[in-house]
Amino acid sequence: MAKVLVFIDNPGAAVKKSYLELLTLARSLGESAVALNGELSDGVAAAFAEYGVSTVVRPSAQDLDDFLVAPKAAYVAAAAETTGAGIVLLDNSPEGKEIAARVAIRLNAGVITDAIAVDADGTAHKSVLAGSYNTSCKATTSVSVVTVKANNITAEPATAPSTPETVTVEVPAAAAAARITAREQKVASGRPDLTDARIVVAGGRGLDGDFGPVEELADALGAAVGASRAATDAGWISHDAQVGQTGKTVSPQLYISAGISGAIQQKAGMQTSKVIVAVNKDAESPVFEIADFGIIGDVFDVLPQATEEIKKRKG
Amino acid sequence: MPGIPRPRPHPAGCPQAWKAAVNTVEDTLKIIVLVKHVPDAQFDRHLNGEGYTTDRDESILSELDEYALEAALQLAEARGGSKAGNQVIALSMGPAGAVNAIKKALQIGATEGVHLTDDALAGSDAAATSLALAATVRYLGQSAPVDLVITGMASTDGETSLVPAQLAERLGLPQVTFASSLEVSGGRLTARRDADTFSETVEASLPAVVSVTDQINEPRYPNFKGIIAAKRKSITTLSLADIGVDQAQVGFAGSWTSIINAEERPPRTAGTIITDEGDAGIKLVDFLAAQKLL
Repeated sequence: MAKVLVFIDNPGAAVKKSYLELLTLARSLGESAVALNGELSDGVAAAFAEYGVSTVVRPSAQDLDDFLVAPKAAYVAAAAETTGAGIVLLDNSPEGKEIAARVAIRLNAGVITDAIAVDADGTAHKSVLAGSYNTSCKATTSVSVVTVKANNITAEPATAPSTPETVTVEVPAAAAAARITAREQKVASGRPDLTDARIVVAGGRGLDGDFGPVEELADALGAAVGASRAATDAGWISHDAQVGQTGKTVSPQLYISAGISGAIQQKAGMQTSKVIVAVNKDAESPVFEIADFGIIGDVFDVLPQATEEIKKRKG
Repeated sequence: MPGIPRPRPHPAGCPQAWKAAVNTVEDTLKIIVLVKHVPDAQFDRHLNGEGYTTDRDESILSELDEYALEAALQLAEARGGSKAGNQVIALSMGPAGAVNAIKKALQIGATEGVHLTDDALAGSDAAATSLALAATVRYLGQSAPVDLVITGMASTDGETSLVPAQLAERLGLPQVTFASSLEVSGGRLTARRDADTFSETVEASLPAVVSVTDQINEPRYPNFKGIIAAKRKSITTLSLADIGVDQAQVGFAGSWTSIINAEERPPRTAGTIITDEGDAGIKLVDFLAAQKLL
């Protein structure tokens, strides 16, 4: 049976959903092992057992978090060799992709990013050119490294829990790496992560500096807040919220576009959303060409009315 | 040169450049900026042929690479620019057309261009690309050591962001990716990185591989002076033989991934479009309820 290694970075007290999705995928592909960085808390250990993990690998070094990427990559590559993994799975965050990139060089392995599914033979499926093509690709090497986008696999515990064994691997002396000298946490918004959210409400130029209606609708729906480049460039909202070619690519169940024209730069970041709703004053906006439900109207009328109605129905 | 109007001073860059021209404390820098010639995202983009490579007929300098070039130019200008011996080398790997990305970079202000081109490179994945680029960086370092390799945060065609990390791994250099600010002093760099939940400051010794975000600066446009000056700048063409890379290590043959199948996604079609008559917010919620999205 194929061995599959999942890299889990600092899960904290509980394993987040995107990692549970990776564990579910790993189990469907073969015998799953975890390369853990950080604390193995009781909650995390319980989740590993529940998801059928056979081996938990831990690093000999404790200072992986002090450096950018390189030592984590060295660790994951060593863990893959120790466990004999044929497939290495990582999350699709910027850091996940970079660790994957370097692990791949260390293991002489092909790397595929942005996968939405992986078959038993290692074939990965992803969309390219801003969602205009669906492709299947495969590493031609004996080991493949794949980063998997969140929300494409349903996380499911194993039918029977496992009793994972713990193994410590020696982290090879890292090549030169950049040192992290300071870190400040940003104030948490309490909203879901934009890239993982089931629903995204995004605003653009039509908001004219006032994101209030977008935020209120997002909160009524339990959604993340996104924005067009025009809105982030104008400084109306943090750059983190940008959806589009130079921002984040999202594919939620529902994307509500408010006051965004939907030019190609924005479309590139959201056109693989399952359902698209658009509200814009301008009937000629290109977003209406891709919207499942479009409203030609003022965002300052339509959004607050929708928010009130949702609150009413949700009681 | 009679008949050519005197160029206007550059509004943003000039005062800094003058100030820096007298700065003799800082060492000069040799910076390589990776520039990619990519299909223009304003048009429909296509995958062609057996290897599903991108059609590059309507191609431009990748927009995200302009931020890398600007970052390099600012570092060079702060040290007296090319007159003081700073080098900003625009390096592109690709077929004949890729020279256009280099020319654009020279017009914007790069001091020289290097074009790695060889038929055997066609179809290279990130691993093969990083191998060829690493060999080129080593080759360019033979005359004088390279201090920095600066790239954009991603290409606007492949969008994987793999190459900067793989290049750093292959060269054994520190990588500082997604920098939203970049300072260099005394053989070290300091950069700021902004993630969703935190911001951090990182430090590394030179040489290093750095990728920069679109938040780091406002890239300049080529001006008339730059366009004229670019015509006199040199572009060196290198083949795989020049950089000592075997043909089998790159291209389709040397890649570690292959595309098995690619299908154009059917374009999204417009659904129901209504005009607000005072109750569109309610109708929106009705639609969400019907789709079981509430």
